[in-house]
Amino acid sequence: MSTPGELGTEAWPLWEVFVRANRGLSHVHVGSLHAPDADMAVRNARDVYTRRNEGVSIWVVPADAITTSDPDAKGAFFESPAGKNYRHAVYYTKSEGVKHL
Amino acid sequence: MTTAPADLSVAGDQHGDEAGQALFDELIARDSRIEPRDWMPEGYRKTLIRQISQHAHSEIIGMQPESNWITRAPSLKRKAILMAKVQDEAGHGLYLYSAAQTLGITREEMMDQLITGRARYSSIFNYLTPTWADMGAIGWLVDGAAICNQVPLCRCSYGPYGRAMVRICKEESFHQRQGFEILLELMQGTEEQREMAQDAVNRWYWPSLMMFGPPDDESPNSAQSMAWNIKRFSNDELRQRFVGMLVPQSEVLGVTLPDPALRWNEETGQYDMSEIDWDEFNEVLAGRGPANAERIRRRREAHDDGAWVREAAAAYAAKQAARQAEVA
Repeated sequence: MSTPGELGTEAWPLWEVFVRANRGLSHVHVGSLHAPDADMAVRNARDVYTRRNEGVSIWVVPADAITTSDPDAKGAFFESPAGKNYRHAVYYTKSEGVKHL
Repeated sequence: MTTAPADLSVAGDQHGDEAGQALFDELIARDSRIEPRDWMPEGYRKTLIRQISQHAHSEIIGMQPESNWITRAPSLKRKAILMAKVQDEAGHGLYLYSAAQTLGITREEMMDQLITGRARYSSIFNYLTPTWADMGAIGWLVDGAAICNQVPLCRCSYGPYGRAMVRICKEESFHQRQGFEILLELMQGTEEQREMAQDAVNRWYWPSLMMFGPPDDESPNSAQSMAWNIKRFSNDELRQRFVGMLVPQSEVLGVTLPDPALRWNEETGQYDMSEIDWDEFNEVLAGRGPANAERIRRRREAHDDGAWVREAAAAYAAKQAARQAEVA
């Protein structure tokens, strides 16, 4: 299985950018950019992705450091929850109308 | 995740092709999204690379007609606004280049196609901007047409393109409003300022309608793009929608749209308008517009002038990496 990453022919490595919109929220993936090193990636990410106060914190991650699940094995890999809807509260209907449940 | 497909070799496997095509067809039929590492038909990949890179080039070249006015803006506030807008265009170009790169083309290849004249960008940026009112007309008409085109692209079947368009559309609405405001201020000014605003509208109206592309019966790739859920509405549909929005806005501004045949048609439920001068469109498209050569010359010059920055940044990164390796 392959991991995602920049094409070998790009002059600068690819970075994935994550922005935290506010304290108390997770960093969320917003896009990617190319930069020669991590410092420049953070600065470029500020200019490209937070021109309108979109964030209070930025993570940049080298794209080739990310390992993903195999997209072709999607069915088998995520099969386990299928048919297990008893893991959701809405499965249990007999308590309908009972307060605070 | 906006990452490049690292495993293109799989595409050569015929068994994988059939399974891939089946999943692709199913995703399109469900109006779901295709992501970078999914199997996709070569034509789909090529169409998107062409469309997204042309779109990116348009944002980058689009900085030029306006950047000319940064030093000449009539007030400090207008200067700050125009700088923010031109910076946005650069940002839009970067979002779009990144989206195109997920399809397996490099930034260098795209930049090379642009500065050697092998790639197209929107013809609208080959027109000149002789007056300050052009900043208003560009914002109102050109960015307005772009928004009209781009809002449906937020639902494009290719995930990274759609996500880039969501960000871009949010930012474009500021562009259109600031353009409208420039024109409104001029229209409330002196006689000379009103004439300047009307003159800019006269020059930008028709080119902005051409931005939607050739008429539907002469747009050979449209059907395939619509079948792939890349394109959601036809060129003529979007053009009509745009004119429908412009008419009431022009009344607020007090400008006249330069089309004597423009009138509401009760029967068709849309505006009748004059035939667009497609010869002009084709001339500009073929590189014979007022500023085609100048735009490419300046883009190439900027690219060459920036070479030392790219080299220095790469050298610094290499040095830092070597130092870190020593310490470790």
